[in-house]
Amino acid sequence: MSEIDPITLSVLSGRMEQIADEMDATLFRAAFNPIIAEAHDASHGLYHAVSGDTLVQGKSGLPIFVGVMSFAVKAVIEKVAADGDLQDGDIFIFNDAHIGGTHLSDMRLVRPYFRDGELFCYLASVGHWHDVGGAVPGNYNPAATDVFQEAFVLPPVRLARAGEVNRDIIDILLRNTRLPQSAMGDLNGQLGALDLGVRRMDELLDEYGASTITAALDALGHRAEALMRAELEAMPDGRWEALDYLDNDGITDEPLAIRVGLEINGDSMTLDFAGSAPQCAGPVNIALPTTVATAYVAIKHIFPGLPANAGVMRPIEVKVPEGSLLSAEFPSPTGGYTETILRMIDVIFSAFAKVAPDRVVANAYGTINALSIAGKRSNGQPWVMFSFYGGGHGGSLEGDGLNHGNAPISTATIPPMEILEAAYPVMFRQWALRPDSAGAGKHRGGLGAIYEIEVLEENGAEAFLFGERGRFAPKGIVDGQDGAMNRFSYEQDDDWKVPPLASKMRGIKLRQGQAVRLETPGGGGYGKTEDRAAENVASDVARGFVDAERADQLYGTAWREISI
Amino acid sequence: MTGRMVGVDVGGTFTDVFVLNEADGTASVAKVPTTRPDQSGGFLEGISQLGSDFSKLSVVVHGTTAGTNALLERKGAVTGVICTQGLRDVLEMRRRDRPRTWGLRGDFEPVVDRRNRLEVPERTLADGTIRTPVDLEAVRVAAKTLHDQGCKAVAILFANAYANPANEQAAVAAVREIWANPHVSASSEILPEIREFERFSTTALNAYLQPEVSGYLDRLERALNSRGFDGEFMIVQSNGGVMAVETACRLPVRTALSGPAAGVIAAGYIASSAGFENVITGDMGGTSFDVSLIAGGHSMLSPQTSIDFGMVVRTPMIEITTIGAGGGSIAWVDKGGLLNIGPESAGSDPGPVAYGLGNTRPTVTDANVVLGRIDPDNPIGGKLKRLDVDAAREAIDRHVGSPLDLGTVQAAEAILRVANSRMAGAIRLVSIERGFDPKHFAFMPFGGGGALHAGAMLKDVGIARALVPRYPGVTSAMGCVIADMRQDFVQTINSLVATLDESALGDFMQAHVDQGLALLEAARATFEARDLSFELDMAYIGQTHTVSVPMNVLTESSNVIPPTRADIEKAFDAAYKATFGRLLENGVRRIINLRSSVTGMRPKFDLRSLAPETTDPAVPRATRQVHFEESWLETEIFDRLALPVGTVIKGPAILEQPDTTVLVEPDLQARVDAFGNTIIEPLGDQS
Repeated sequence: MSEIDPITLSVLSGRMEQIADEMDATLFRAAFNPIIAEAHDASHGLYHAVSGDTLVQGKSGLPIFVGVMSFAVKAVIEKVAADGDLQDGDIFIFNDAHIGGTHLSDMRLVRPYFRDGELFCYLASVGHWHDVGGAVPGNYNPAATDVFQEAFVLPPVRLARAGEVNRDIIDILLRNTRLPQSAMGDLNGQLGALDLGVRRMDELLDEYGASTITAALDALGHRAEALMRAELEAMPDGRWEALDYLDNDGITDEPLAIRVGLEINGDSMTLDFAGSAPQCAGPVNIALPTTVATAYVAIKHIFPGLPANAGVMRPIEVKVPEGSLLSAEFPSPTGGYTETILRMIDVIFSAFAKVAPDRVVANAYGTINALSIAGKRSNGQPWVMFSFYGGGHGGSLEGDGLNHGNAPISTATIPPMEILEAAYPVMFRQWALRPDSAGAGKHRGGLGAIYEIEVLEENGAEAFLFGERGRFAPKGIVDGQDGAMNRFSYEQDDDWKVPPLASKMRGIKLRQGQAVRLETPGGGGYGKTEDRAAENVASDVARGFVDAERADQLYGTAWREISI
Repeated sequence: MTGRMVGVDVGGTFTDVFVLNEADGTASVAKVPTTRPDQSGGFLEGISQLGSDFSKLSVVVHGTTAGTNALLERKGAVTGVICTQGLRDVLEMRRRDRPRTWGLRGDFEPVVDRRNRLEVPERTLADGTIRTPVDLEAVRVAAKTLHDQGCKAVAILFANAYANPANEQAAVAAVREIWANPHVSASSEILPEIREFERFSTTALNAYLQPEVSGYLDRLERALNSRGFDGEFMIVQSNGGVMAVETACRLPVRTALSGPAAGVIAAGYIASSAGFENVITGDMGGTSFDVSLIAGGHSMLSPQTSIDFGMVVRTPMIEITTIGAGGGSIAWVDKGGLLNIGPESAGSDPGPVAYGLGNTRPTVTDANVVLGRIDPDNPIGGKLKRLDVDAAREAIDRHVGSPLDLGTVQAAEAILRVANSRMAGAIRLVSIERGFDPKHFAFMPFGGGGALHAGAMLKDVGIARALVPRYPGVTSAMGCVIADMRQDFVQTINSLVATLDESALGDFMQAHVDQGLALLEAARATFEARDLSFELDMAYIGQTHTVSVPMNVLTESSNVIPPTRADIEKAFDAAYKATFGRLLENGVRRIINLRSSVTGMRPKFDLRSLAPETTDPAVPRATRQVHFEESWLETEIFDRLALPVGTVIKGPAILEQPDTTVLVEPDLQARVDAFGNTIIEPLGDQS
């Protein structure tokens, strides 16, 4: 292995990140479905030819993919090892979440990159397709008890061999989705992103030579590892624990524990999830690759300066017992993986808060609230409005949490109300901040939101919700208080109702003029309530963020002396 | 009308003035310190330096950062909002984003306090149907409350007002009935476009700026008039066009990128005069490097920008990509042993270590000083007597040299190499990543420091040559004089092509043309020509991103002949194919927005008038040791402004003028073209 000087390394690190970023941008522009095009639920990167480890990843894709993509590449490497005959121009495709992590909506494309007849690295693209079959349009089926009720399952197969795309595979894909046009648009976009990655790698290798790039990639891995070790070394040794729960699995109303033991020993760390619930019947299971990737996401939030490189994970061991909810086996359902990994991030933050409270923020709202409202128009045309909703972020050492933010595993923005109202027969009666939802503390959490959506279609509609945090609130840290819990209700002829499983329900029948109402959690608070400045309490009361009497109970009455 | 045309660009440090004498085509420039907090002092002083008789001035055009600064520093007026019941928090909830991807820290306060956001019963649906007529009594009560709470401006923000403005218009009338306030705006006037957060944010920020910006412009205009000025006073917009001062007072949000936009306009004009239709501009300031691309003589426009987190302004602006690598950007080595530049910056105060004003961490400028590229005895700007080279060396040693085990000079070279690679990355972003080949572009540095890095851009990105304008420090002021008068309009249509009401579309086009031409008529400036242009934002059903579809619309003496559905389909297919390579079988075409612009072309002046008249052969005024890559070379220093047309100077060389240093690296040459621009190109290149 040739040595590389640190300056060339700085330059190359920027160049390679730019290649991955450009692959992201290419797909965002070309994709048909808004989950990729607007919410950026996609990712691209370069991966090691032998180990599949992440070498470089785009900065604009979904954070959770930063850790999970290497598992997709590893799955292809295993297939190639078994089958042999890897050729330049081959492209593999699959969505199997038990092999590649996350859920079946994420379509993964993996392409070997050859240089001078030798495998140099892999390029990969993942994107969330709008629909991949299964029982529920959009694939968030809260009552699924196996993967087959969630979507069709595609193991790693060759979409292209030596540059020739196999049309048969495309025919199978398009026959298994409710939205073939959208799927084809997204697939074309992903193929385009991979083509672009190959062109850019060719240019880079022409300019610098393969051995320099190889040396740079090795060095970037070492550097990422060194950075992580330096961070851990600076923290005290010891073991800290945190425990939280999922409301239920969507089938049986029993809480599911997510427990972490965080152990720091010199410059290495163990995250031990022993004591977490066993694999469950419903779709909040996650596969082991997802668990490892989530640990990485939490760590990168705690140490934002770390690069997106597998070297970061070398000093970290993630332990998950067999049979756990966090290492679920095929064909257990995993469609609601977002809820489980958000809870994992919460417990990792809560455990870190005990050793390094300055490095973490209190828990964010902790649920994506996948709400779909669907029906038929009077002309017989079906419609499905599907979106995720926001909530409050946690307070931190620096200040209050953000009101109405996006989930820590995502960077997605919410579609505008007017776009939804123009596209679907609904009207938002309310789109507002949720008073009294913030976890109190020296720095309070951000406020959650209220969305109340009325059905305008004379045929009525059906609603489906996949949410969490209806039974267990987002936690405060360093003696900060918890945020408000998620609350979902729906209007019926006699009254407003709430689902028996809190935040999970399918097939809610709504008539024209009836509405659903989602009140999302606020973030947890940071620090003791008595340490909150009276000016800030007074300002929150004046703005209606907190009720005056509630403020008295939480913070005392000193704020009443302050005029603002 | 002939007289003197004046462009004034007020920047953070300097106010630049460019005066063109229309009668003989001669130009003169002045640079004076910007005065604060009232910028009118420097403004008037700068003009006076070039002639005290204000009655001879025909036009004064101003590129201003007053609006941008008021937004960034949160110094706008106390503003109230009257909005649809249930929607008072839209401004605060944004589009559910966050300030940074990683770390989950940071919160947001909108410019309008929640107490000043009041709801009234009213509701319009997406198809324009009024479900609930606006409760005007509730509007009056809200207006009175906002007045009593000290609001100076009011924004009326109603759901789906783009589809039917009736409720908003009735509310505006009701507010004005009881409160004579010129600063009441409705979202359907400011931006009749779908997407409530973007429309509300733009309207609220406009209201927030109105009292501040109109007060400032009024003061300026009165001051000009009191000195005998009787010409036209105009303001540069973010789209690169100018508008009358009355329009700027009504739509101050359109000045958000006024200054930088004028710079890009000037750059485009200078380059195209010099024979380059394709240019990438690079403005290097203290904290940032701003890049913009001009292809075929046209600068790229972007539909919106965020002035800061959550402060979205949606109005067409010249697209400027910014990275945090300016002269004051700090070089540092991270825990993994990698050298980084920025984003932290020492700015211009305290500035680089060499300024001796208190900063001790090395910057890009310090590296240029240590390598001899900047003359320590004649610092740019004239504020300082001398630069402290030793302090710069020591800072580079301590913070970069020792951790990386490099000598001082190697460490300084390393800082420049990494900074150049970041700047090159920004150029790749606007060119290669958008399908433009940099080989076909010239790089035009402006601002104080850009010309030091031009050679590196040629090497790192593969640009053929750089073009340094004769007066790179006053480019924005020159742009003020060059810019055309332009108004942009938008209207959401939201219709399938198949079911489009062609005459309704025609009516919107006609209304835009009428309003735009009325503004041109009202202006006293002379126009050589008028231009109308129309674009439709279109997509297939089910697709998220739209394609801009230019429409070739016929007019008969300012009367629009509306395009037919067939015309629109044909134009869409052509534009879609050009963007994505192929059409979608059985795709259903949809129109989202109409965008129109009305431009009055202002007379251009001949840049040759700026060319040097000297004919004496170039003689170096000094030499000094400058470091290039591996070695120190004895380098000739020239007075740039004295170099006659046609001069070719082989690198290594440095060309100096009061506000700019041009570096010519050993394998490059500098050539003075017929306009006094300096072309930097590979040795022996003649094209």
